[in-house]
Amino acid sequence: MASTPEENDRNSKLRSVSVDLNNDASLMIDIPDALCERDKVKFTVHTKTTLDAFQKPEFSVPRQHEDFIWLHDTLDETEEYAGLIIPPSPPKPDFESPREKMHKLGEGEATMTKEEYTKMKQELEAEYLAVFKKTVQVHEVFLQRLSSHPVLSKDRNFQIFLEYEQDLSVRRKNAKEMFGGFFKNMVKTADEVIISGIKEVDDFFDQEKTFLLDYYNKIRDATTKAEKMTRAHKNVADDYIHFSATLDSLSADESTALKMYLLKLAELFEKLRKVEGRVASDEDLKLTELLRYYMRDIQAAKDLLYRRARALADYESSNKALDKARLKSKEVQQAEEHQQLCCQKFEKLSESGKRELISFKGRRVVAFRKNLIEMAELEIKHAKSSVSLLQSCIDMLKTN
Amino acid sequence: MATEREPPPLGDAEQTDFRELEDGEDLFISTASTLESSPTSPEPASLPAEDICANSNGPQPAEISLDDDLEDLFAEATEEVSLDSPEREPILSDEPSPAITPVTPTALVTPRVEPKTIFVPAMFERSKEELEEEANGDSFDMEIVVSDPEKVGDGMNAYMAYKVTTKTSLTIFNENEFSVKRRFSDFLGLHSKLATKYMHIGYIVPPAPEKSIVGMTKVKVGKEDSSSTEFVEKRRAALERYLERTVKHPTLLHNPDVMQFLESSELPRAVSTQALSGAGILRMVNKAAEAVNKMTIKMNESDAWFEEKQQQFENLDQQLRKLHTSVESLVCHRKELSVNTAAFAKSAAMLGNSEDHTALSRALSQLAEVEEKIDQLHQEQAYADFYLFAELLSDYVRLLTAVKGVFDQRMKTWQKWQDAQAMLQKKREAESKLQFANKPDKLQQAKDEIREWEGKVQQGERDFEQISKTIRKEVGRFEKERVRDFKAVIIKYLESLVQTQQQLIKYWEAFLPEAKAIA
Repeated sequence: MASTPEENDRNSKLRSVSVDLNNDASLMIDIPDALCERDKVKFTVHTKTTLDAFQKPEFSVPRQHEDFIWLHDTLDETEEYAGLIIPPSPPKPDFESPREKMHKLGEGEATMTKEEYTKMKQELEAEYLAVFKKTVQVHEVFLQRLSSHPVLSKDRNFQIFLEYEQDLSVRRKNAKEMFGGFFKNMVKTADEVIISGIKEVDDFFDQEKTFLLDYYNKIRDATTKAEKMTRAHKNVADDYIHFSATLDSLSADESTALKMYLLKLAELFEKLRKVEGRVASDEDLKLTELLRYYMRDIQAAKDLLYRRARALADYESSNKALDKARLKSKEVQQAEEHQQLCCQKFEKLSESGKRELISFKGRRVVAFRKNLIEMAELEIKHAKSSVSLLQSCIDMLKTN
Repeated sequence: MATEREPPPLGDAEQTDFRELEDGEDLFISTASTLESSPTSPEPASLPAEDICANSNGPQPAEISLDDDLEDLFAEATEEVSLDSPEREPILSDEPSPAITPVTPTALVTPRVEPKTIFVPAMFERSKEELEEEANGDSFDMEIVVSDPEKVGDGMNAYMAYKVTTKTSLTIFNENEFSVKRRFSDFLGLHSKLATKYMHIGYIVPPAPEKSIVGMTKVKVGKEDSSSTEFVEKRRAALERYLERTVKHPTLLHNPDVMQFLESSELPRAVSTQALSGAGILRMVNKAAEAVNKMTIKMNESDAWFEEKQQQFENLDQQLRKLHTSVESLVCHRKELSVNTAAFAKSAAMLGNSEDHTALSRALSQLAEVEEKIDQLHQEQAYADFYLFAELLSDYVRLLTAVKGVFDQRMKTWQKWQDAQAMLQKKREAESKLQFANKPDKLQQAKDEIREWEGKVQQGERDFEQISKTIRKEVGRFEKERVRDFKAVIIKYLESLVQTQQQLIKYWEAFLPEAKAIA
């Protein structure tokens, strides 16, 4: 996917739904290329590094979506990182929508003129490309979050992911691991029930828990509604295509003074639909994708809270066990050691968790600010160009 | 039968392709000072309608019964259409000649409630003398507004009464401003009368708005929701456009039924409109037209103009329908966009409430407000899409059906003429046979019949020529109006789009500092 300088610029604008990552020269990752075969997308992950941990200063490897999932899950299950917010795994590439539309277009081909069909097809190809670009971006951001994290960037599995030249055959979790994962999720759900009953000792975490739980629901709802809104906007833009095409045919048959009017109107709507299409896709990227990304990030933050809550539960039960042991004067040392371990673990989690959550909030606010500003600016820009297109058409028609 | 028609002094007439009309044409002039005349005597009284009934023993029973059916269709609105009724006197206005005002639809349509106003030039008859007298260029206008829909009665017998207000300086009316209350069936009744009178002689009578059982039932039952409000508004606007189009037609304007409709406070209730609507009539016209075609009238078209025009209108009809479909889809999607934007606005507001970072929370609430305003904008734009464009297109699709009907009437007129000729031929043959049969009274009868049919042939030819002339004129007028209507609507529509975009700019520009204020 060779990019023009303009595309690069647009890409870099697209890039950080999160804040600007990838500016630490010691480890720079990007996905310069990707291939789409049917359902499978093959990403080319390109790394440039000055770190000794890697064998070469620059290298590229092919990776599939499942490899990214494997990497995420591995990190998520690493005990050592329990106190960190693990960047959310990228969602599966979803070409369902444009594919379905393409199918419908094929069925309706007979009812349209050749020009109309071509335009619709072009539009759908553009949509397909947009989905493609989005999925590349989301996978890229995932890796960049990792590379910019002081702890996670050093993870061995991460390095394997970046460097290992063969196919990562671990991408298919074997049955045992799959089951293990499933079981773990089940336990987590049961934990949630238990944990919500635990009295929180720390104000900060208490507030965070309340906030994040509520915020998650709200942002999930907002994401869904935003998606519906941008999709409806896209439909309006597509309608302009048919409108323009029919005006064109009308104009061709027309012999009165109306001919020119209709022709100009057809041309106008062809231009307008491109603007409307861009409004829809900008809204999608700046708003819907922003909300979607942070929804998943908040889920990751929630996971952190649950891990901490579990550690707290363990700590509390180890306290109880110690008391019991002291009472019975049996295995006291064991109980003491266990309690110490739980305490350390809990405190480490709390400390790291607090840090992570604070920086997360900062990140979130900056990202929202950036994207909302950019969206507002783009909306203004597009509305202004619509006005100028419309006004010049009106003026032209009025003077004739 | 033909009235005195003098070639009108042509002002800056727009170039049309109907130059060959000797008796002048309706010309829309852009300067009020130019004097114009357009004798538009339609002379319905002496037209074949009479012949239809009289001809009941014509040679082709199939055709006649078809005519009867058509007549019956058009008759259903009033008790009977008496073909010799006094209303069918030629409408020659003795009024002093006013100047023509240019048509300038001025009001920007605000889709919800404001009525559209159109200034209609008055068309009239004048003699040369009157033309010379008339010098001052009084600007003339006629404005019709349909407003104040009011529910009358209860339950299934309830109906909507609309106020019809006319403002005019035309002297054919008793006053300058007057209002009446009319219900939907009154409009249908009016259209039915006009159609009966004028369609078969080649006049394009604007079709009445569609009846809607579902829509009306909701209103009767008293369902006060947005869909029934929309329905009433849609109907009100359609009735207004119908009247405007009708009075724009010079002949129809002077028709006593029209004037009575606009002026008199009491109107005899039009019965039998329950079953039939404007659309119903047109459907019948269509069916009749098909039947006409099926009879394979092989008309020797001496004038290619008619064939060309018919083809052109056929194409236009198809294209307009297609365009209408695409506009309807646009309206639907824009409404959906409006609804989804409103839903998002609510969701964003909730998110803003939940957000614990103060500045971001405020910004999100502002975003919610912006989106709420934008959803209103989308809704208004959807109304503009609909009331300006979609309704214009559907009006014209129905008008084209009336146009096609008129062309078919011409074919039928031609056929009648041919039939008369055939009959004359037969009678002549019969007479020549009788020459050698020595039956003097039978011979006399044959001679009488020949004379009778000679008369009918002449009449048939005249009628055919008349309807051809009328159609040419009508098509010219129709095309001019179509161009004008479309141009006006296109500009208005584009202006509505500009307004929407400008509002968007305002809203987002107001939001931008809020977003920047997030610290």
